[in-house]
Amino acid sequence: MSYSNKVIDHYENPRNVGSFSKNETNVGTGIVGAPECGDVMKLQLKISDAGVIEDARFKTFGCGSAIASSSYVTELVKGKTLDDALQIKNTQIVEELSLPPVKIHCSVLAEDAIKAAISDWKKRREGEADAPKAASNE
Amino acid sequence: MRRLVYMDNHATTPMDPRVLEATLPYFCEKFGNAASRNHQFGWEAEAAVEQAREQIARLINAKPKEIIFTSGATESDNLALKGILEFYKDKGNHIITAVTEHKAILDTCKALERTGKAQVTYLRVDKTGLVDLDELRNAVTDKTILISLMYANNEIGTIHPLREIGKLAKEKGIFFHSDATQGVGKIPVDVEAMGIDLMSLSAHKMYGPKGCGALYVRSKGPRVRLTPMTDGGGHERGMRSGTLNVPGIVGFGKACEFAGAEMETEAGRVLQMRERLRDGLFSQLDEVYLNGHPTHRLPGNLNVSFAFVEGESLLMGLKDIAVSSGSACTSATLEPSYVLKALGVGDDLAHTSIRFGLGRFNTMEEVDYVVERVVHEVRRLRDMSPLYEMAKEGVDLKSFQWVRE
Repeated sequence: MSYSNKVIDHYENPRNVGSFSKNETNVGTGIVGAPECGDVMKLQLKISDAGVIEDARFKTFGCGSAIASSSYVTELVKGKTLDDALQIKNTQIVEELSLPPVKIHCSVLAEDAIKAAISDWKKRREGEADAPKAASNE
Repeated sequence: MRRLVYMDNHATTPMDPRVLEATLPYFCEKFGNAASRNHQFGWEAEAAVEQAREQIARLINAKPKEIIFTSGATESDNLALKGILEFYKDKGNHIITAVTEHKAILDTCKALERTGKAQVTYLRVDKTGLVDLDELRNAVTDKTILISLMYANNEIGTIHPLREIGKLAKEKGIFFHSDATQGVGKIPVDVEAMGIDLMSLSAHKMYGPKGCGALYVRSKGPRVRLTPMTDGGGHERGMRSGTLNVPGIVGFGKACEFAGAEMETEAGRVLQMRERLRDGLFSQLDEVYLNGHPTHRLPGNLNVSFAFVEGESLLMGLKDIAVSSGSACTSATLEPSYVLKALGVGDDLAHTSIRFGLGRFNTMEEVDYVVERVVHEVRRLRDMSPLYEMAKEGVDLKSFQWVRE
């Protein structure tokens, strides 16, 4: 299989690889896919109180197109409001990276990862609001 | 710039320049049809074909007339299975084979089942890729006409005990076919000692040309007969009509001659390289797993799972190294290798497998380079792998709630 130059570039120079520290607040984490399917993406978004994505990190187990899709997504979401980020469609990733039909599932997974990370962030916020202050300091 | 390293010798091998040289006169100069009985051109071609037949027969301890030339092992497999089933249809219709066979066998069996011409038993294998001989014995019925089990597996290199299987087949009065494509020319084959009745061979897996293969068909004790798949001029004792590929056959014969003469030294050298590759990878990386049998395997085969690193992404990083992956992502099916699955390797590890196939033209220097590159890329991709991170943090990946598509 031949890859587009953009996929190769993201594979060789992945943007924003890594994980935020466990202690970091305001981070939403989405883990999508499964090892037996050959793709797992972990996307982390650091989101301001105003609901703007300030920073992003990813780690991906998967083929070059999966790595490139998640790397591209970290660039794409930075600076976006949550509403705008939730509007991102996988077709945008397919277009940018010129993914062939057999690799479309990689872009779908990347779109799912954004949604999962945002939903995780929202859940945490609700959890924090409900939890008594003393308990959250332990 | 460093040239590409070819380490995919189970897929195909480069033609040996000495083989090429032997074939060259048979394209333009000695171009005759081996079936032309009435002039010099035909005689010349026929003599060359007969010499090749002898060279091939000698390598496997057969008689020259027992070699039927085909276009390759896939055709040989088809001819053996379909030809036997058709010819002996009044005697039985049951075939015993195994789940790890090459697609040329499995898909031929499926076709025979679909058309109602055969019933097929697909034997399981153990975690090293070997069939259980008791299970084989128990699978035999009074309708069993053929056992077809490969010599060496093309993915994991596991070598079947053909001698024991052949003995069992003989005891039960069943024909024994073996797809020996990966074994012939690499490890010893003796159709007499192994009790083989039919055997598929391919030239391009042993430094010969592509598009040329053979089916060994036993002529005595018992005499094996089969119904041809192609109708025509009655070439190859009526079993395979069609003008012979004379240059290809000449090359095939020459390749067998070299393989026989050099097998011992070559197998030793290849094994040494394979062990150096294995030591290099296993000593520098954690969480790597050998697929297949630790000892009963082809000298040039190494199949390894690099946990937490998807196979295709690793191949992409090794762009100046030609190896192959059992990951689904290399194919359109999205299903990882059926051979690894049959061994009980989980889909998660099957997706991380790489097959290294060493051969005649590899060097120790290449092995060292491949070790260095693979170790580097596996580390880089593990730094990028959420699974490696989770495993290191002590997360149980088996019980983790994955969000599947």
